[in-house]
Amino acid sequence: MGRLPRESYALEAQDVSRRYGRRWALARVSFRLAAGGSLLLTGPNGSGKTTLLRTLATAIPPTSGTVRVLGWDRVANRAEIRRSVALLSHSSFLYEDLSAEQNLLLLARLLGIPSPKEAVGSLLSRLGLGHRSAHPVRQFSSGMRKRVSIARLLLKAPKVALLDEPFGALDPGGIAQMEQIVTELQRSGTTVVLATHLVDQGQALCKERLHLVEGRVAAA
Amino acid sequence: MARRIYYLVIAMAVAMLATGAWLALVWAPPDREMGDVQRIMYAHVPSVWMALLAVTLNFGCSIAYLIRSNWKADALAEAAAEVGVLFGAVGVTLGSIWGRPTWGVWWTWDPRLTSAAIMLVSYAGYLALRRFVEDPERRATWSSVAAIIAFVDIPIIWFSVKWWRSLHQVQSSPSTVDPKMTLVLRWNAIAFLLVMIVFIWSRYRIALHQRERELAPPEALAAEPQSRTPAAGALR
Amino acid sequence: MSAPDSEADQPSQAGALGLIQQLFANAAIVLAKDLLIEWRTRTRLNALLFFSFATLLLFSFALGPDTKLLERNAGGYLWLAILFSSVLALGESFRVERENASLDGLRLVPTDARAIFLGKALGNGLILILIGLLLIPVMVALYGVTIAMGFGPLVVVLVLGCFAISWPGTVYSAIASNARARDVLLPLLLFPLIVPALLAAVKATSLVLQGDPMLQLRSWLTLLVAFNLIYWALGLALFPQVIEE
Repeated sequence: MGRLPRESYALEAQDVSRRYGRRWALARVSFRLAAGGSLLLTGPNGSGKTTLLRTLATAIPPTSGTVRVLGWDRVANRAEIRRSVALLSHSSFLYEDLSAEQNLLLLARLLGIPSPKEAVGSLLSRLGLGHRSAHPVRQFSSGMRKRVSIARLLLKAPKVALLDEPFGALDPGGIAQMEQIVTELQRSGTTVVLATHLVDQGQALCKERLHLVEGRVAAA
Repeated sequence: MARRIYYLVIAMAVAMLATGAWLALVWAPPDREMGDVQRIMYAHVPSVWMALLAVTLNFGCSIAYLIRSNWKADALAEAAAEVGVLFGAVGVTLGSIWGRPTWGVWWTWDPRLTSAAIMLVSYAGYLALRRFVEDPERRATWSSVAAIIAFVDIPIIWFSVKWWRSLHQVQSSPSTVDPKMTLVLRWNAIAFLLVMIVFIWSRYRIALHQRERELAPPEALAAEPQSRTPAAGALR
Repeated sequence: MSAPDSEADQPSQAGALGLIQQLFANAAIVLAKDLLIEWRTRTRLNALLFFSFATLLLFSFALGPDTKLLERNAGGYLWLAILFSSVLALGESFRVERENASLDGLRLVPTDARAIFLGKALGNGLILILIGLLLIPVMVALYGVTIAMGFGPLVVVLVLGCFAISWPGTVYSAIASNARARDVLLPLLLFPLIVPALLAAVKATSLVLQGDPMLQLRSWLTLLVAFNLIYWALGLALFPQVIEE
């Protein structure tokens, strides 16, 4: 089991590189984020933001370099990291033919959440999805799918929230709600990494910033 | 140094093949029952042995890759499978050709031949899988998994086909007792082995070069990113 | 923030048992999810069933009206129909996971890859058994067979054969669903592999249908059981390699 180092960083990346065939999607990215911190991740399309978030979420391994999340090593303690980290991704992770409620119940049961139905129900109403909770996700608009994905993240009550373009496909009301959710996450002590093109919103929400260009850390 | 050994092995292979051919076609006595047709065994049997050896090498390399993520293991696995399919195809074809004048049919359901044919399709599938996956790391992992699954099946296929056929009249191949025949068989087996080593070695080098071309070199990590602003005058 | 040390203080024996329990519990959740999806898209399942019936029908037309011939080979036709249907069922099982990268979502919960394998392979096996059960009366009607040894042994063969297809099929489907030419790749990989199971299942079925005077059924069942055990174990060991990068 990993023990926390004396300085407890929630996220530590050291010389992280990830290659896809001929291309280095990430090239020697290093950064540290203290627990409870908030990091804005910016960069043009293809600069490696998604790859970095996926690597931090342990969805993919780095080709080289080390990643530590909440003091845990990503190889030895992958399950522990995954339990404490939630990723909001471009892909919704949803099953199209199941309803929002069923998708969330699946997650709740796998997480071992007590009284899953109540937990899921209250989360769905909080996000304004209560009335459509029985319909298959296939019928949802992209904005509503985003909200179900957010519900998935909140259900997990993660210690680290990795948000990849969370404002995508949301209308102004949705964006405002998302900003509120991010603020609440931070207030509850969750470490947040937010990748977005909406730099203004991002800078309002996050204290630190990491800018990537062609897979490398660069000046903004 | 490796070059020298390589050429030496080629030379030995050619020499042994040539003499092996003479031994098989001229020196060895004709079979008591089947006559000269039996001589095809001297090519058919070593081919199938080599195919088995090659897929065993592929199995070992696949396990090695899964444990150590070593690109050499992946390249060698690819080479071994291709050469194995080649020798397997030759072996099965020769077996079929042997059957024609002997029993008048192009295909006997002889357990060994049948098993070899199934294995051939199995590893052709492995090669197809390699073709259809672009990402080098995934390709290596998934083909290693497929190779392990396929290899474990080989003895199972062998036993099941044998049981399947044992309920019917089986025309089994006659045993070669004459020591001259055994010698020729062994000679040709070694000759084929040398040929296979040459083939696998060459194919391995090709696969390794291909891996190098597909994978971004670690040296590229050290280079600075190119400037995003176009060089002055570039738009003229 | 401190990371809780969950299992370090418990005796390792209880830890191992708990791990296995957790594995099966999560496999059951994944299985329930898959069955729920099949139920909610049951028009597709219906179409698959009719496809399998059509296959049996086609065999009758392709192989001529000689009823003796059809009756003798009924076991073979049944298993070919199941095998062809399995390609479609296995393919669908992972197409569902690809749509929104749901498989990633599952493993990041975290769900042990082996639990995912067990859940999905069990689900695929059950679908094939369902197809097989519905094919049996069709087979009886079309080929005029009688079930000499009774329905029980037939179901045993059906279960063993369907899972023999499902264990390796689930691994291959996970691979093929991410490759090019996935429709061709899955059957190309699967068919040569399950030849022994196919042989055994067909032989066993024929014996159950026509009677087993020389008591050969046991050997074929043994082969089926061995095949199941070997590929269940290999699947457990190798599936994580396939879905974890």
